Formats: sequence, C-alpha cells, structure tokens
Amino acid sequence: MARKISFKQAINEAIAQEMGRDETVIVMGEDNAGGMGADGERDAWGGVLGVTKGLYGKYGDRVMDTPISESAFVGAAIGAAACGLRPVVELMFVDFMGVCFDQIFNQAAKFRYMFGGKAVTPVVVRTMIGAGFRAAAQHSQCLYSLFTHIPGLKCVVPSSPYDAKGLLIQSIRDDDPVIFFEHKLLYGLESEVPEESYAIPLGEANIVREGDDVTIVAIARMVHVAQQAAEELAKEGIHVEIIDPRTTSPLDEETILDSVAHTGRLVVVDESHPRCNMATDIAALVAQKAFGDLKSPVKTVSGPHAPVPFSDALEDLYIPSPAKVMNAVKEVLEYAK
Amino acid sequence: MSQIHPVTMPKWGLSMQEGRVNRWIANSGDFIQAGAELVEVESDKIAGVIEAAGAGVLRRQIAKENEVLPIGALLGLIADKEVADSEIDTFVAEFQSHFVPGETAEGELAAGPETVKVRGRTISYLRRGDAGEAVLLIHGFAGDKNNWLFNHEPLAATNTVYALDLPGHGNSEKVIDDPSLDGFARLVLEFADLLQIGQLHLVGHSLGGAISLAATLRGRDRIKSVTVISSAALGREIDAEYLRCLAKTNSRKELKVLAGRLFANEGLVTRQLVEDLLRFKRLDGVQAALESILSEFLDGNQQRVVLREQVTNLGKPIRVIWGEKDRIIPASHAALAGAEVHTLPNAGHMAHMEAANEVNKLLQF
Repeated sequence: MARKISFKQAINEAIAQEMGRDETVIVMGEDNAGGMGADGERDAWGGVLGVTKGLYGKYGDRVMDTPISESAFVGAAIGAAACGLRPVVELMFVDFMGVCFDQIFNQAAKFRYMFGGKAVTPVVVRTMIGAGFRAAAQHSQCLYSLFTHIPGLKCVVPSSPYDAKGLLIQSIRDDDPVIFFEHKLLYGLESEVPEESYAIPLGEANIVREGDDVTIVAIARMVHVAQQAAEELAKEGIHVEIIDPRTTSPLDEETILDSVAHTGRLVVVDESHPRCNMATDIAALVAQKAFGDLKSPVKTVSGPHAPVPFSDALEDLYIPSPAKVMNAVKEVLEYAK
Repeated sequence: MSQIHPVTMPKWGLSMQEGRVNRWIANSGDFIQAGAELVEVESDKIAGVIEAAGAGVLRRQIAKENEVLPIGALLGLIADKEVADSEIDTFVAEFQSHFVPGETAEGELAAGPETVKVRGRTISYLRRGDAGEAVLLIHGFAGDKNNWLFNHEPLAATNTVYALDLPGHGNSEKVIDDPSLDGFARLVLEFADLLQIGQLHLVGHSLGGAISLAATLRGRDRIKSVTVISSAALGREIDAEYLRCLAKTNSRKELKVLAGRLFANEGLVTRQLVEDLLRFKRLDGVQAALESILSEFLDGNQQRVVLREQVTNLGKPIRVIWGEKDRIIPASHAALAGAEVHTLPNAGHMAHMEAANEVNKLLQF
C-alpha cells in the first residue's frame, strides 16, 4: 500500500527494511546512532539531519557512531564490505569526501577488478549534495561527476522519495561500491511510496514527463526545476520530455538517445560545476551517438565555474532556475542554421 | 417539469484528482439520447468517454478542450430545448458557487481499500455501494482492483460491489501459497465467507475469469451468476510468450510494448499506466508470484486448464464478454453453449477498460 512519506523517511525506511531482511547490513557514520554518548540521547540524533533516526532503537549495535575521521571509518566500511558485511556508511557532506579519496577511488573501486572478480565490495556511501542550504562553499557542491569518472563505482542521484527508497534498496543489494547522493533540499519532499520493499535497477532512467519538442535531461533536484519550467512552457505550447537518469554510473544512454531521436533537441540541467560534469558528458554522448538526430546544438544549464557563494542573493543566482531552463529550451527551439 | 442534467468530471479510480478534457464528441445544440457519447476525458492513467445520463439537448459545453479540471467540475449541461437560457445560466451560476474542488458528491468520506486476512495472508479489497445484490470483481494476471476503475463506481449505483487484489497482486500480500486454479477459487470463496457475503455474482477478467468459473463450480449454491471477460480456461490458445515476458521483464520499454498488446487502441497506454505496472513489478516477491501462477496455468505454450465442458452444465447464468481484437486470448473462445455471449468489435483484451460503457451496460444483476 502506497502512502505519502518524505524523501528522508523513504531513505530511513529503505535502510530499516534491508536491515530487517539481511543481518549483514550495518550502518556507520558520524552521529548516526546518537552522538551524545549518553544512552538516553543515543536514539535521538540519527545523523546530521536525522536521516537514520530510530535505527539504533531497532537494530542496536548494528548502527555505529564513528569519530570525525572520514578516512578511517569509510576505509573500515570498505574493508568490512570486502569481508562479507553490507555497510551503509554516511559521510555527511560530499564536500568532505576528499579526505577519503584513496579508500574510495583506489581501493573500493578497484577490488573487484584487481582481484580478478574474486572480491566484491558491497558498500553504500550515503552523502548529501547540493546548494540552496545557505551553508557556503564547503557544504554545497554536487560532486557526483567526480565519482562518475571512476570506473568501478556506481553513482546514484535520486530525485523523489519513491526513487530514493527503491534505488537505495538496490544499492544495498548491489555487490559493487555505490555512492548514494542525497540532495539536502529534497529531504522534505513527499510523494507516494509503497510500504513494501522494492528495488529500482541501477542504470534505468525515468521518463518523468513525455513531450515532443525538446528533451531535458535533469539530475537530482534539477528534475523539479525542469518540471517547473516544463509546466510554464506547456502554457506557451512547448512540450518538453524530461529524463531523469537516476544513476550517473551506469548511465542509461538508450533512454536519452531514444528521446533525442524523437525530439531532436537537448537541454541538460546539472547543478554541479560546469566543467567535466554530467551535462558535458551527456552533451558529448548525444553529439557522438545522435548527431544526425539533432536539429540544434545541445544546451547545458549549470552554475558558473565558481564556488557556491555564501551570500543568499548570489547563491540563488548560482543555482539553475526554471527561468534559465526555459531560456535554454527556447534557444534550442529557435535555433536556425 | 424539464430536467437539467449536469455533466461533471468523473472520478476514475482512487488516485484520480483531476482530468483533462480531450475533445467534445457531441456538439453544442445536438439532441442527445441517454447513453450517447458526450466527451472524452483523460486522467493521468487512461482516457475514457463520458456518456449522457439523460436525454436532451447539449445546451452548454462549459469545459474547453485541453482544459484540466478537478473531479466533480462542471463540464457541460444537457436539458430540454424548452428550458429557458436564463434557467440554465442560473443553474450554472449556482453550481459554480457551490462547487469546491476535491469535494465530490459522495464526498471524501468514500472509504479507501480495506484488508482482510485470508488463511493468514493479507488481501486488499475495495467496497463500493450498499444497495442490491453483491458483486465481486476479480482482475487478471498482473492486474489489480484498479483495472475496474471505469466499472466499479457505476456498478455500485445498484449493487454492493467488491473488487479484490488476488494474492501476489496490487496491495495484497506478495506470497501465493497455492497458485493453482483451485487454490484461487477456494481463496475467493473464503474471502466472501470472511466478509459475510452470502449470495453473490462473480465478474472475472482473464485469469480472474478462470477463477470465477472455478469458484462457481465449487460454490454453486451461493454464486448467482458468473460473468467472464476475455477469460482464461475456455480454450487452449493463449499468447504464452506475452505472459512469460510480462512476468519476467522490469524494463519500461518492454512493458510499454506489452501493455500496448492488451488494447485494440494502443494509444490508451499512458506513461502513468506503464509506470504503475513497473512499480508493481519492482515489488519484492512479485516476479516469483507471477512465475508460480504461470507454472500452474501454462503447459508449454498453451493453457493447461480448460473448464469448457464443466461449465456448459453449470445451471447458473453465464455471461461471456470478449473484445474481438483480443491479442492475448482469441475471441473465438467466447462461443460457449448455454451462455449469453457478447463480442465487442472495438476492444482488445481489456474490454472493461477500453469499452467500459458497453461493458457496464451488459453488467446487469
């Protein structure tokens, strides 16, 4: 039975149900259990924004608080995964991931390959992404493109509560290391989510909206920005198709290419920094594999090549807006050779 | 005294909040027979046609084509030509001033689905109406109780109508302890016992048709009549490949093609219909449940169970409805001695959705 729950609750429910189904699933992270040291408080915390709240009460010591030492506990989770557990480890903000790049890029991502397929690393690293939280340059980036670059990692960027639950369940069941990116401004978003467990395959895009005029590929919170733009555009008689890849690695190229074959025009909306990001990657994909289908050049909508500003006014300008998406759509529609 | 019949946005299924007016079929000023097609409306799931509740002239087309309106909103008005324009204007003004989107005639009080434990397993069902005789609607393979979205409410005007989710389907538990035809037939009768439904009429589609026939054979004393739509178990031929793909795939692209095969008009398959099917298929346990059914019902590429001979001497009214363009089970299976047979020229396997108004007229109890 489906009922409305938030993105944050959907993630909590996915972890809780997988912990119930499989006793090798454990949770680790800063303040994931409690963080205050006292028994009465332990259950009260549940991570920096409370996503894992209540899990300690249900599963006790399978939910572990870690010191503020990302390289140590992410490394421990990867080692535990290689030895048979399925850790779901939380690394508050993706911006802090730099201190454990070796564990992720050079260890977890390489085990299966370098041990000839004999080792698997079923670890999930959950982390927050995204601007708009008034948290300045060191807590606001969308660094999924960095991880997408590395073979051996799977990268998941859910945009809705329904997708968050199904993709996280699949990520936990997956035998490869998965980086699970949660946009912090989506945590309060509610939608219909089944109470039962379900898995959404990694590498299958969602067609969020169908349309004939322009394909918009949008990622994470940008799916909602694209939807707002689409509704405004529809009033002007412009019908866009919105594709949410849901995972940047593996990437569902087929759904994107099929859509571009239908519309002949592409706008990619990606909140991450504009150089070497998913927008440029998808633009290159379409330029190489669907050049003949294109009626106009591909447009990308991303922030400027600059850190996310702390000033509210500048931060709002930095983030791709529905107006910018609408402009891009109109530009590709009005393009004349 | 001449009557004014308002035409309003229907509520097709529990989730429908609003609908889009696709096109007017009747023109303003046309004389309309009761039951004539008026306007085509589309929910996020499927398009359907609204028929006139009463005869008269279509005096006003209030909803414009492509307009999206909440359920219960006024779409148009039918009245005798003698009714004065001023009277019509007053009616419209009053309707609009009292209309609150989200509040339908039966109100938001209409209960949602309920559950009952049958042999320890949760079965979800929806009950509508409390008049007349009891009717139980049984969906087909990989379907659910929402497949009756065009039929459930209209039938509930004169009957007490239940629609259940078979085990492994919809919101029922995704474990099927006994996936045989007999197992399902017993489940249906036990479900009726638990809800204290005494005498009842069964309406089944496809797999649900086979289950209805088998349940009638087991519970002759309490089943008053049985109606089957594109039923299984009336012949050997079936598109077994379709069923196997449906059980197996979780690909949107493949499911879209498969869902298209259910209808004569593939344009009826919306993005949301495919999405709902995908969401069902992704649930833990569903694939195993569907495959367990196929292992009971298929023998190679044919149907294993055929009840044709048993049901010809049933001694109960049998009604058989079939879409002539059915691509899953051939419409030639409709011919059944002793049965009231209706074939519908413009429908495929899902006649109760695709030709809902025609099917609703046949479903008299």
